[in-house]
Amino acid sequence: MIPLSHILLLSVILFTLGAAGFIIRRNVITVFMCIELMLNAVNLAFIAFARRLPGLDGQLFVFFVIVVAAAEAAVGLAIIVALYRNRNSLAIDDVDSMKL
Amino acid sequence: MEILFYIFGVVAIVAALSVVFQRTPVYSALSLIVVLAALAVIYLLLGAPFIAMVQVIVYAGAIMVLFVLVIMLLNAGHEGPSAHRAKFARWVGPPLLLAFLVEFGVIVWKQYGLTGAASAPALDASPAAIGRLLFKSYILPFEVTSILILVAVLGAVVLAKKQL
Amino acid sequence: MATFSDTEFFLIETVIKIALIMFILLTAIAYLTWLERKVIAHIQSRWGPYLVGPHGLLQPLADGLKFMFKEDIAPLEADPVVYWLAPFLAFLMAFLSIAVIPFGESFTLAGHVIQLQITDLNVGLLFVFAVTSLGVYSVALAGWSSNSKYPLLGGLRSSAQMISYEVSLSLGVIGVLMIAGTLSLREIVNQQAGLWAHAGLFSVLPRWNLFLQPLGFLIYFTAAIAETNRIPFDLPEGETELVAGFHTEYSSFKFAIFFMSEYANMVTVSAIATLLFFGGWLGPSFGPYWLRVILPVLWFCLKLFCFLFFYIWVRGTLPRFRYDQLMAFGWKFLLPLGLLNILVTSFVMAWLHS
Repeated sequence: MIPLSHILLLSVILFTLGAAGFIIRRNVITVFMCIELMLNAVNLAFIAFARRLPGLDGQLFVFFVIVVAAAEAAVGLAIIVALYRNRNSLAIDDVDSMKL
Repeated sequence: MEILFYIFGVVAIVAALSVVFQRTPVYSALSLIVVLAALAVIYLLLGAPFIAMVQVIVYAGAIMVLFVLVIMLLNAGHEGPSAHRAKFARWVGPPLLLAFLVEFGVIVWKQYGLTGAASAPALDASPAAIGRLLFKSYILPFEVTSILILVAVLGAVVLAKKQL
Repeated sequence: MATFSDTEFFLIETVIKIALIMFILLTAIAYLTWLERKVIAHIQSRWGPYLVGPHGLLQPLADGLKFMFKEDIAPLEADPVVYWLAPFLAFLMAFLSIAVIPFGESFTLAGHVIQLQITDLNVGLLFVFAVTSLGVYSVALAGWSSNSKYPLLGGLRSSAQMISYEVSLSLGVIGVLMIAGTLSLREIVNQQAGLWAHAGLFSVLPRWNLFLQPLGFLIYFTAAIAETNRIPFDLPEGETELVAGFHTEYSSFKFAIFFMSEYANMVTVSAIATLLFFGGWLGPSFGPYWLRVILPVLWFCLKLFCFLFFYIWVRGTLPRFRYDQLMAFGWKFLLPLGLLNILVTSFVMAWLHS
């Protein structure tokens, strides 16, 4: 059987990579994708613990996380499109003031 | 079966590295899709077939399509070097992330040991079982998420309109 | 003769099944193009392909050879990796969903039960939807990576179209799933066995889900035509406005791959319609053992052929939609209709159970 610690380690490596990307990337869309990566790392941990417990609740949590991620992506990408329309740039450094 | 977990685990890590270090957004998006697909296979191995399919349908098939479409629409090209890069973040960020990684690894190791097996009793994770749980115990969160989606739809429409 | 362990037998069996199904499917697709040209020609009072072989029967072979030996032209400014990736993604996604489609019952060979299906998943139908939802990428990426205006417009259009109609596609199926209570395609078919009992005049009809879910079937098949980018919903490659849509810049073998995957998608979608609404391989079965194994497969292929013929027939009959009409039709008509179908089905089911 797959050891729980190995699954959790995979999860934390993915989470760290997502966090690193969130900090070092300069493109809004890539930053957003790194957030999705971190969400997925957490989902993996949920599934692993659901198997460990055992219970289906962990799997349902993942279901809810995916639903929330879908809503978040819709709004987030709309914000990015609006941002691009206003600043004509996707670089996160250019978004440093509340007003133009 | 275990070997499949390690293969797809390595695939997920390599693709995640590619998400973070690719400079072209489309390549990052494609790598993220690979991560999602690899995770879906791992979910299958961990006895969550329904979640694996939802992951592919919703995450890879809908959310990432939105990402790719936005990248195509905005024609986001190569990411150039940053104009003003924070020196402080560059010197402090990586060590902190590494510390986080090590810290978490130690916690996992202390708690479960290196070979602490994930107990695997026959868990009924069929769509029927998930549906029963979802519409009985979790009916309130389910309804709340539907309102959340409605709000998100409205928000997306308002934001995407030309004239705010 | 060597004896195999169960695992070895399973592996060998699966590999043989995959190879056989791929071979049959590719041949069928090749002859589907021939059939399409012939049928359309006869609808338009022409002869169609007639020169290569009797009645043009060797035309697919000639076409295949032509595609292979043509010069492969790629745009200079195209994205090198994605431009290559897109057609292969299309091929992969088109052929992957065949893995869970059952096309007959099982038979026993040397003490082993062999199912006429590559693998039976308990989330079979979800798997098909998952794979088809990934098919959008090939179109979107092909359009983007060509780095040219018409493909980009075609790619954007078709991704929007495919995402929109995917919703109606799944809504049309949900009625059947509610009645069946399972996602396994094999089980859904088995539940449709027999005739309608106590139905008076209609008791000669088979127990197909079609008679329970006529609206669901109409929604499913309309959405399916749009999902596979066929006339009258072939906006992504509307020749009169977009040259050839997302595959304008593709030539030679890569174009052939797009072409094949479009037809493979047609086969998949028709197979799902057959399984969910028309009783799959069920039909009169008689005679010796081998005949009772073969006949269900024949029924399945016959039903599948009817759907494919219908596809071609529609192409020869209907004009193309306008893009805004297409979107309005999908979101304002098909989607509410699908929701209504689910509502009515659930009310009837609750009433029958109480």
